[in-house]
Amino acid sequence: MLLNQFLLLAAILFSIGVYGVIVRRNGVLVLMSIELILNSVNINLIAFSTYHGLGGQVFALFVIAVAAAEVGVGLAIVLLIYRNRRSVDVDALDELKG
Amino acid sequence: MWFLTHTWILPALMALSFVLILLFGKRLPRKGSEIGVVAVAICFALSLVTAGSWWNHINSDHSESEHAAGETLGTGSAVAAEHLEEPDPAAFDDVQDGCSRVVDEGAVGEHTEEAGHSEGSDEEHSLALTPGENASGTAPPAAGASQAEEGEGHATTKPVVRCAQWFPMGLEGSTTITVGTMVDGQSVFMLFVVSIISLLVHIYSTDYVNGDRRYTHYFAFLSLFTASMLFFVLSQSTIQMIVGWELVGVCSFALIGHWWEEKPNSDAALKAFLTNRVGDMGLLIGMTVLYFAADRSFSILDINIMAAEGEISHGLLLLASCCLIAAVMSKSGQFILHTWLPDAMAGPTPVSALIHAATMVVAGIYLVARLYPVFFEGLSIAGSSVNLLAVVGATTAMFGAFLAFVQKDVKKVLAYSTVSQLGFMVTALGVGAWTAAMFHLFTHAMFKACLFLGAGSMSHACHHSFNMVDDYGGLRKIMPRTFWTFIIATGALAGIFPLSGFWSKDEILAGTGSFVGAEGANGTYHVMLAMLVIGAFGTAAYMTRAIWYCFFGEYRGHGEPHESGPRITIPLIVLASLGAVVGFLNLPKEIGPISFPESLHTQFEQFVEPVGRYFPEISHASFNIPLALFSLAVAGLGVLLPYLYYWKGGLAPLRNLSERNALARVGKTVLVNKYYFDWLYTDVITGFVKGPLARAANWFNAHVLDAIVNGVGKGAVLTGRFVYDNIDQEVVDGAVNAAGTTASETGGVLRHLQSGRIQQYAALFFAATALLAGVFVVAAG
Amino acid sequence: MIGTLALLAQQATEHSFDTPVNVVFYIVAAFMVFAAIRVVTTDNIVHAALWLIMVLAGVGLNFLLLQAEFVAITQVLVYLGAIVVLFLFGIMLTRAPLGRADDLDNNMKPIAAVVGVLLTAVIAFAVIRTFGDDRLTFEAYSGPMAEAGNNRTTALANEIFGPQLIPFEVLSVLLTAALIGAIVLARRD
Repeated sequence: MLLNQFLLLAAILFSIGVYGVIVRRNGVLVLMSIELILNSVNINLIAFSTYHGLGGQVFALFVIAVAAAEVGVGLAIVLLIYRNRRSVDVDALDELKG
Repeated sequence: MWFLTHTWILPALMALSFVLILLFGKRLPRKGSEIGVVAVAICFALSLVTAGSWWNHINSDHSESEHAAGETLGTGSAVAAEHLEEPDPAAFDDVQDGCSRVVDEGAVGEHTEEAGHSEGSDEEHSLALTPGENASGTAPPAAGASQAEEGEGHATTKPVVRCAQWFPMGLEGSTTITVGTMVDGQSVFMLFVVSIISLLVHIYSTDYVNGDRRYTHYFAFLSLFTASMLFFVLSQSTIQMIVGWELVGVCSFALIGHWWEEKPNSDAALKAFLTNRVGDMGLLIGMTVLYFAADRSFSILDINIMAAEGEISHGLLLLASCCLIAAVMSKSGQFILHTWLPDAMAGPTPVSALIHAATMVVAGIYLVARLYPVFFEGLSIAGSSVNLLAVVGATTAMFGAFLAFVQKDVKKVLAYSTVSQLGFMVTALGVGAWTAAMFHLFTHAMFKACLFLGAGSMSHACHHSFNMVDDYGGLRKIMPRTFWTFIIATGALAGIFPLSGFWSKDEILAGTGSFVGAEGANGTYHVMLAMLVIGAFGTAAYMTRAIWYCFFGEYRGHGEPHESGPRITIPLIVLASLGAVVGFLNLPKEIGPISFPESLHTQFEQFVEPVGRYFPEISHASFNIPLALFSLAVAGLGVLLPYLYYWKGGLAPLRNLSERNALARVGKTVLVNKYYFDWLYTDVITGFVKGPLARAANWFNAHVLDAIVNGVGKGAVLTGRFVYDNIDQEVVDGAVNAAGTTASETGGVLRHLQSGRIQQYAALFFAATALLAGVFVVAAG
Repeated sequence: MIGTLALLAQQATEHSFDTPVNVVFYIVAAFMVFAAIRVVTTDNIVHAALWLIMVLAGVGLNFLLLQAEFVAITQVLVYLGAIVVLFLFGIMLTRAPLGRADDLDNNMKPIAAVVGVLLTAVIAFAVIRTFGDDRLTFEAYSGPMAEAGNNRTTALANEIFGPQLIPFEVLSVLLTAALIGAIVLARRD
């Protein structure tokens, strides 16, 4: 097995995640795409940990835990947005418009 | 010796006290103040013992180096054992292994040569100096020379350094950040200053803030502040210094804003905090420069040795010292970043005495003194007649004294006085009078703390007002203890013989080396001398004015003032007596025909001033009788003029001068407005950023950028139309249409750049990142 | 299955005989990429969540191939067991359309596709040039494993509760903070 095959898989997953983050209008779907990104990073961490010791695996575990926290808070925010505007359309959130 | 290697107990004790007060303070009968007082009292006792140990340490060093070597403590007991067997000429055998690379190298060379144990392997990293090379002198010649010199038993005062690894940094831990204590005369004397002032302030506060709604919180922060200050003072590495520096800043912020319910107080706290951030940038940059300049070492000892021995280029040292001066300007209230210090008087008075007069504000002075080789070499202090440090200090000393003259609030007078006196210390450092600066720091801490506590005592009596012009007056008879202590401290501040301020100020003036007949100074700083003399005159004058308003005339406030209780007056008496006598600690060697025996003169200098590789060779100005008489006369004049004006009603031409003379009016307006610094900062700079600049950016955004984007589109469409209408349609029809629509679409796309849609920003962000990463990847290959 | 895969992976490192593992990898990888693309393109939200399960399971299999069983199991428990369920709850609570919906994507598909391809290309280029034909050796595991009596999970536990203890504890504080934050955000008041 080559190191590269894992890294490349991770790169593709990452890019797909980025695509999803950019394209999706539904807040929940954006969060799902972020999960894709986080998972691709985890693959990288584990692949490199075979070279640099178990710290990588520990870090992957940390990322999983942080992702759980992120989804919790993220969904709470989405829920709040839904409650306030009856929609989770990210496009409608354009208060930043100058 | 045990106390010198275990000084970490002091800050740890105060930190423990902080935690205990926070956890249990509210439930205790005295709301937690007893914990703080007991802890700081123990600290004070320990600092006294430490000072005693240090005194023994110096004397044993001076007599016999073998003896000191035998007492070395360290984790490496084997190393200590090696030391025991042979008299080791290494100058730094009290430095624990791993705390200083430079010292380790020297030590390694000798160990491996003489004892042949394998300690060298884990010490020499990339520097790879083999023992033979080191001993035979391929090491920098200066190092060899001074080491040899010290080996012959010259008087050196060795710092006792202990450290523990904090965390490794860099690839394979090439740099280890250490945390530890560096104990030498300078830190031992600061331990004493901090703990004694803190003790007295604690005692004073139990009465002064009695019944306050955040009494427990107040004492907790006093403890935390004391801990942080001790931590800062004992710093072994520059990182540790930065941490301590910020910690005292946070405590200062919290204590200035102690009564945050009132807007001015929380504003003052914020102002102090933000102004200090400006200087902190300088601190960070300066420390980073030093880290790289000293071959990636954070150890203060390493940096000092390398700077003193000329291993760091002059340009780097100049850059580092200029950056650090910015830090000094903010923390020690030097022009032009001094504006926070007078506002900081919004905090409780004991806090002003402890933090904003005696300890925290001298952190900047301490920093310069700690890294003195950097400044001494970087600014070429020796043999020069002007440098940035001296200019900053002298300007502050002079202009600060002027400002104090127009204040109505007695605490503001004292605050500007502190600014001015800190200017004296900075000037002293700038002209090379290191010991004079430290000595003035010492005496100033005593008498200025006394003055602040005295002002607090008066406000305690006069319904918490600090307005001496409107609410004080005639307190001489009502508050005799406060009066007398205030008078003594004022005399010391004004530099009246034989109070302490006279000695320390005179040393600074002599240190400028420009008065007729000056000997032994490092340079000739004529301008500084003139400015300092003017500052000294101003000091005497504004203090006399303050005394008139506070203690003489008729009582102008309301109610019945009364003398404060013993918990307030005893600290006053202690500080006033110290302020009166500590000047004798550093008597000059001889005053004209009278020469003092060795056990009396320059004790402070011997105690505090380091001698050795990590300190530049500075010379000391000798006592100059004409200069002393002159400065005394200046101070006397400074007392006399206000005396005639206020007491005797004399000097009639000066009365209401500002109403008759345009020039005087302008001068007074400028002073009342504090040279317009606050106006400059808030109205001009902040106002500009908040108002016109933000509006301009908005306008630019709305008009120029949008106009360009829209204009590109519209212009292209128009061009397209124009071309379409005027050029043969059949030939270029398609091309023109394509150009028009493309441009229009480009305009449309570009216009969407400002959509406010996060996902578009994300798309741009990722695209830009990918492109940038691509550039890097290609460039790297 | 876990045992078989781990065994295969171990064989792959010990011998040059690693074709079966590679076959498993490429099948899984192709399926993952397909599933991931479905996650971001499907027009049915519930289907997206279900495809996400596939990707996450595939990631777990990858962890197994990399001899990280504990992380793989955690992945299954936390992601498949908890996070995806959370997503489904999120979908229901926001009354998302359960069937097909046409308005799930915005109009930036071309830009996003370009960005995605660009990112893949840059990363792939950098990775291939840096690591070339480096083979997975798993040599970094041998030391800690020998110390832990040849048990990978024990070795991992030693790592977490040894050098990484403080980050671990900090993480638990973070989780608590996130929990409280989520409650505060989501509660009706």
